[in-house]
Amino acid sequence: MGAYLLKRLVSNVLLVAIAASMAYFLAATSLNPRAKYEGRQPPVAEAVIDSTLDDYNLNDKKPVFERYVTWVSGVVTGDLGKTWQGKSVNDEMGRRIGVSLRLLLIGTVLGSGIGVAVGAFAAIRQYRVSDRVIGVAAFVIMAVPVFVMAKMLTIGAVGMNELLGTKLEYTGEYTPGLSGWDQTLSRLNHLILPTISLCLGQIAFYSRIQRNMMLDVLGQDFVRTARAKGLSRKAALLKHALRTALVPAATYFAFTFGTLLTGAIFTEKIFGWNGMGAWLVDSIQQNDTNAVAAVNLFAAVCVLFAGLLSDFIVAALDPRVRVS
Amino acid sequence: MRSKVVFARMLRNRQTRYGLIALLLLLLLAYVGPFFGPHDWLEKDFTAFMEPPSADHWWGTTQIGQDVYAVALHGMQKSIVIGFLVALISTGLAALVGASAGYFGGWLDKALMWGADLLLVLPSFLIIAIVSPNLRGGSWLWFVLLLAAFSWMITSRVVRSMTLSLREREYILAARYMGIPGWKIIIRHVVPNLSSLLIIDATLNVSAAIIGEAGLSFFGFGVQPPDVSLGTLIAAGSDKVPGYSWLFLFPSGLLVLLVLSVNLIGDGLRDALDPGSNS
Repeated sequence: MGAYLLKRLVSNVLLVAIAASMAYFLAATSLNPRAKYEGRQPPVAEAVIDSTLDDYNLNDKKPVFERYVTWVSGVVTGDLGKTWQGKSVNDEMGRRIGVSLRLLLIGTVLGSGIGVAVGAFAAIRQYRVSDRVIGVAAFVIMAVPVFVMAKMLTIGAVGMNELLGTKLEYTGEYTPGLSGWDQTLSRLNHLILPTISLCLGQIAFYSRIQRNMMLDVLGQDFVRTARAKGLSRKAALLKHALRTALVPAATYFAFTFGTLLTGAIFTEKIFGWNGMGAWLVDSIQQNDTNAVAAVNLFAAVCVLFAGLLSDFIVAALDPRVRVS
Repeated sequence: MRSKVVFARMLRNRQTRYGLIALLLLLLLAYVGPFFGPHDWLEKDFTAFMEPPSADHWWGTTQIGQDVYAVALHGMQKSIVIGFLVALISTGLAALVGASAGYFGGWLDKALMWGADLLLVLPSFLIIAIVSPNLRGGSWLWFVLLLAAFSWMITSRVVRSMTLSLREREYILAARYMGIPGWKIIIRHVVPNLSSLLIIDATLNVSAAIIGEAGLSFFGFGVQPPDVSLGTLIAAGSDKVPGYSWLFLFPSGLLVLLVLSVNLIGDGLRDALDPGSNS
């Protein structure tokens, strides 16, 4: 088991290294940070541009491979380089991970939690009206892309604000100028819409998986045994059926959390949150080579960790895995 | 004939039937609808900028006086073509790669699956977004190839594992002992026996590709002007929300209906052709 895990870890690290390097080469050869300086008024002397770009390891006159070696030797020691403005990529990344985490932790936990509950509920009430309504709703929600959903929520919020006089916020993370308790409330207010937009799709997704899994488990012998030895229906369902049926949902949970950190691109961009997902788009649009490489490296590492995390969660939930 | 049985089973499923009808109606709307509209999609009406829906402009007009009905239907044509092309290429690639890896085994298997793993680790959004500026001025077909290149990997793994068990079946052994070359066995015997999986996968790929195209175009990384697709229209319209919401609502509505009908077909197909699966 240990040798197997080690082998997997090595091959995964290798994959991440290759993926990150390829992304660096792509970004370094096709993005053009020089244009950011050349277009300025008054014009900047070419020698000045060159020396600035040299400082940031962004000079396209230097061979790509040389720049790559500089970048890698930085990354190995934990330094991800400089943005095109000369700021530290590490600082920016730390800030943005914080922003993304604040949004995603609540969104993912709520989305998967409610989704699993809804799915389990639908499975217990199979073929009744409530099950069918949940099924159709999940199906429709899954056909609506996030960016359409987010904009619809904005339209809905604006309409509600006008009609009912509520003050639901739909841009940014906070209101500048507030402090203390008011700011906390305002931050919560700003969280509502993005969280809903993140949750709805996940609820639909998890409810479908969980319903199917639960239906599989409900017919099995160990649930009947649990009932036969005198457990109430509720206890049998919660303790035995739900726990076993949770395994696949938990696997997905680990994976989506890993990919979500950069995957909330649309939600972050549309609601004006400056997290990792928004950076993915912004850095490309700003020709910010080192930032692009850093985001890509981060995303690859996240997927790697998500894989490991899902292994651990499965082992924790499914006793059969631990035995073998 | 197997294909007849498969087809009959497909049509017997209610979801698939409704999905097919809805998709046919949408196709009709996209390709025949423009002939009934009062305006051409290239026409600019300088007396109506940002007008809400009216009798003359059924779905309103854009800020340069284009008729939203005509433009949206034109964009839908492109989205449909992209969706079907990407699904075709990606499922074809998945079938070929997975079947060759499973059938030939050895170093080819290792190399192909390692390549698939690598493509899975690379975030496709990032790569397409980086490469697409270089293709500006190039044709949208490049974009189709890029989308397809990043969507075949998981299916190819499934195909590979199914091929591993198919390889030991008597009819394939018989073909091999008759001296038929491997690639012919794959095309004649392995791939047709995976057809139900591949049909389902292709259908679900259509809706995934349509959403993927729209998502990338949303940030300007996808279809480039002067081409329009539902994605570029939604992107252009979403800036005008909530004041001029018809610019956003009509293309989004078409997109959702399109995805919904394709998903209905795919879901029904899975029930009809692959009764054992449960996701």
